[in-house]
Amino acid sequence: MKAARLARRNVLHRPLETGLSVLLLAFGVGIISLMLLMQRSLTEDLDRNIKDIDLVLGAKGSPLQLILANVYHVDVPTGNIPLADAKKVMRHPYIEEAIPLAYGDNYELFRIVGTEASYPAHYDAEVAQGRMFEAPFEVVLGEEVAAATGLGLGDTFYSAHGLTDGTDVHRDKAYTVVGTFKRTGAVIDQLILTPIASVWGVHEDIEDADQEITAVLLKKKNPLAILTLPNLLRDTPMQVALPAIEMNRLTQQFGIGLQTLRAVALLIMGLSFISVFIALYASLRDRRYELALLRTMGAPPRRLFALVLLEGLWMTAAGICAGLLLSRLGVVALGQVLADRFHYDVTQLAPVSGEFVLVGAALLVGVLAAAIPARSALRIDISNTLGQGR
Amino acid sequence: MLKTEGLRFKYDGGETELAFPDLRMQKGEELLLLGASGTGKTTMLHLVAGMRTPSRGMVELAGSAFSTLPTAERDQTRGRHMGIVFQTAHFVRSLTVGENLALARSLAGCSPDEAAIKTVLGELGLAHKWNAPVDALSVGEQQRVSIARAVVHGPGLILADEPTSALDDANTDAVLSLLRKQAERTGAALLIVTHDQRLKDRMSQHVALNPIA
Repeated sequence: MKAARLARRNVLHRPLETGLSVLLLAFGVGIISLMLLMQRSLTEDLDRNIKDIDLVLGAKGSPLQLILANVYHVDVPTGNIPLADAKKVMRHPYIEEAIPLAYGDNYELFRIVGTEASYPAHYDAEVAQGRMFEAPFEVVLGEEVAAATGLGLGDTFYSAHGLTDGTDVHRDKAYTVVGTFKRTGAVIDQLILTPIASVWGVHEDIEDADQEITAVLLKKKNPLAILTLPNLLRDTPMQVALPAIEMNRLTQQFGIGLQTLRAVALLIMGLSFISVFIALYASLRDRRYELALLRTMGAPPRRLFALVLLEGLWMTAAGICAGLLLSRLGVVALGQVLADRFHYDVTQLAPVSGEFVLVGAALLVGVLAAAIPARSALRIDISNTLGQGR
Repeated sequence: MLKTEGLRFKYDGGETELAFPDLRMQKGEELLLLGASGTGKTTMLHLVAGMRTPSRGMVELAGSAFSTLPTAERDQTRGRHMGIVFQTAHFVRSLTVGENLALARSLAGCSPDEAAIKTVLGELGLAHKWNAPVDALSVGEQQRVSIARAVVHGPGLILADEPTSALDDANTDAVLSLLRKQAERTGAALLIVTHDQRLKDRMSQHVALNPIA
């Protein structure tokens, strides 16, 4: 009989002690793994959406809100700005590329964003079916929008006023689907794109409309743009915000909570290793006759040591596997919440490099926790233990 | 098969050194080591089995020095060449009857021969207990499984510590018969240590144990 099999049978023979140790370790590993997975998804999402956007021009207000609303489309905009004023910034010599955005309506809670062809091009979005929008009230659907709404080429729909409900419908102007995009993994997937004139035309005649937009995504030509533009806009109702700085500030605020959660997870993991130690120690006290018996049957001390180590390893491995499974279930559950609320897909289940370190460290500490009781197996006096020595 | 010479033993912190008679046993022989309580019967059995190290003297097993081997080698040699029936039956509780016997064969370096294990269990009337958890056995069944485990790997020497002391006459005969039958089947030498005087009439070779202090 292989030592690993005997170790597994010994561990399973004590379901309560083993179960408690495995459960604690599963929670510790699970929380840390969940944090690593979510961190990976969010970082990749944030980076993918920022993609070469150095500055965002919009109405004065919270700079973070400006970024969240116009880069990630998870917040409401700070207001509108006149297109004529915005153009002065867009044509500034320090600016290489400027992508205007205008929005304020939705269809089934998916934002209808007025923009130019440069916006999907910025995210390397390719048309999957149909063509790019050309005339007002033509739309191209992001991949998730097409999947969720079931809209296809030639279909028409009415937009609803605002971004958060669908009750106030503009029934006089219908949009027509002329294309759908391939999946990009970026924010484009959850948007309905149309020419800016459509957004103006929904509320009044295009010719008479105040030509306002919501924001402009800017790529700088010269690093001085970061210093120059804020000064230029000081006495205007506009501002520029830096996505990299605002998101860094946001993740730092998250960081305090994440650090607390990580500390709690490490504490739980520490308790689980103590639990493994106690479970093995108590089990060895109960099984001292068994260990002495194994020696009389031909198992040398080092084999008993290895057997107890393997028992610790089984418990640790079971806890790690259960923890990794729990974290994946957590990602799926959280992913569902984020998808429902923000249309973001964070359900990436592939292992993160940090998880390999986590698993290695957990195995190492698990073996160390088992090594102390295992040492007592090395020192067992078989004659005295079997009790009839004197 | 077994030879002891000038065996002496002193407990840690003890003042007196116990001296034990010299033994010589060939394969197929049986010997009763008889002594009253406190005469060191089990100590002698543990010395013979290499579970204790003598302060003087030596144990030779199958023609080679045994008592002077390093601990790990002594354990492995014991596992290969000896089968021990303890006064109280102990098992690996997470394993079934069959698995306990398979483990004994495995530790002795034998193949996990299921047929051989079932044959031994069958001879001891335990074939139906193959898959039973050891905790579910009666005391009598535990003793028979102990005997099965001691012989399942075909050892050259079977040691039994007080195998009949708690039994009535009928069961004493039955256990003795089982031990003899298994020793005969494997050609093993059988050494029984006991204070049970009833065995004196049932076994031809016996040595009285009166350790000299």
